[in-house]
Amino acid sequence: MEERERLKLFEQTVLPHLDAAYNLARWLAGNDHDAQDVAQEASLRAFRFFGNFRGENPRAWLLTIVRNTFYTWLRQNRPPENTVEIDDETLAMEDLSTNVPAVDPQFADADAVRRAIAALPVEFREIVILREMEGFSYKEIADLAGVPIGTVMSRLARARRQLQVRLAAEFKPGDQP
Amino acid sequence: MNCQQARPLIDAYADGELGAAGILELEKHIHDCPACARAWRNVQDLKKALKQDALFYTAPEELQQRIRSVLPAPAKPAPSRPAWNWNWLTAATSGVAVACLALLLALLLARPSPEQQLAQEIVSSHIRSLMANHVMDVVSTDQHTVKPWFNGKLDFSPPVKDLATEEFPLIGGRLDYLGGRSVAALVFQRHKHVINLFIWPANAANSNASVFPPRQGYNLIHWSEAGMVFWAVSDLNEKELMEFVQDFTAGGH
Repeated sequence: MEERERLKLFEQTVLPHLDAAYNLARWLAGNDHDAQDVAQEASLRAFRFFGNFRGENPRAWLLTIVRNTFYTWLRQNRPPENTVEIDDETLAMEDLSTNVPAVDPQFADADAVRRAIAALPVEFREIVILREMEGFSYKEIADLAGVPIGTVMSRLARARRQLQVRLAAEFKPGDQP
Repeated sequence: MNCQQARPLIDAYADGELGAAGILELEKHIHDCPACARAWRNVQDLKKALKQDALFYTAPEELQQRIRSVLPAPAKPAPSRPAWNWNWLTAATSGVAVACLALLLALLLARPSPEQQLAQEIVSSHIRSLMANHVMDVVSTDQHTVKPWFNGKLDFSPPVKDLATEEFPLIGGRLDYLGGRSVAALVFQRHKHVINLFIWPANAANSNASVFPPRQGYNLIHWSEAGMVFWAVSDLNEKELMEFVQDFTAGGH
């Protein structure tokens, strides 16, 4: 493909998903500066490898690259002790049947929810973003994150329980003004 | 269905990911069990709270400009005014623009070549697979288990060969991600050494195995055959890795 055509096609199919790319990068990296770096690097990689794009879901394709770029960046820029090893084995055994407090959407204002999501381990956070904000199916998330569907399900369930506990704690009835 | 069976299904149900049979049973249980009904409503409320538009970060204008400025510039239409009408200021400005472009080009040229980047990604993938203790998604010494496992996970079918008799037993396979696409990773072993063999389709002419300069202590050999690109990487010494490649290309069975 001619360079000009390639650029045009890239601008039409991939760049429209820059918001999604930035959103994911922003949630993963935790601040605007690093998120912009990750999103920019990912967009350039996407352009470089655009020839490999097979015409499947361009948003999923770009977000896969964003995710990859982020983890590469994370390894290079943050000490490994800051990353949490997620043990999906223990998770499977964990009792998810315990009653969790309700989150009244009325009280769950954006700031509180934002804090709660930010407090999740990154492996949980990405699944929540991909599911609730991007609306990907379990299968698509599994492909995107390179983990089995069972892992997607258990991480999502575990993330939601953590969010519920955290949000409910912020809005204990007694704390209401 | 009891509560213990119902609870793990509630998230999938709220996400519309539960199969028809599961839905019927779960709905029946939720109908009869106030506690599980409450748990289900709680998940729905949480989902609502997470879907607020205010939580979505949109790309700053600055980022869009940064990206467009580093992508190759689209060809400009011919200038409407003849060049000799350009005044001094325009000429000076375009001089600055040319200098910027030259600088950008120099920066781009200073970057490693695509093949070097690919080799680096392959080595990183290999290291990651060892470190994360995630060498394999499918553990099997049987090619007839490994090959079908890739079905539906990739848009191509990698050649899976078992070289057990040649001292490089196949121990499993994994999906991996290189250069912006999903690739197959076959995992072989020689004594304590793990060999990752990355495979993906490409319009490349057949090429003989060639040794890529080692990176971070890992040896790399790549070749292409029948429309597939192969990269073998291992901490195995170059000679033995080449033996592996020869065994693999000789067909296995």
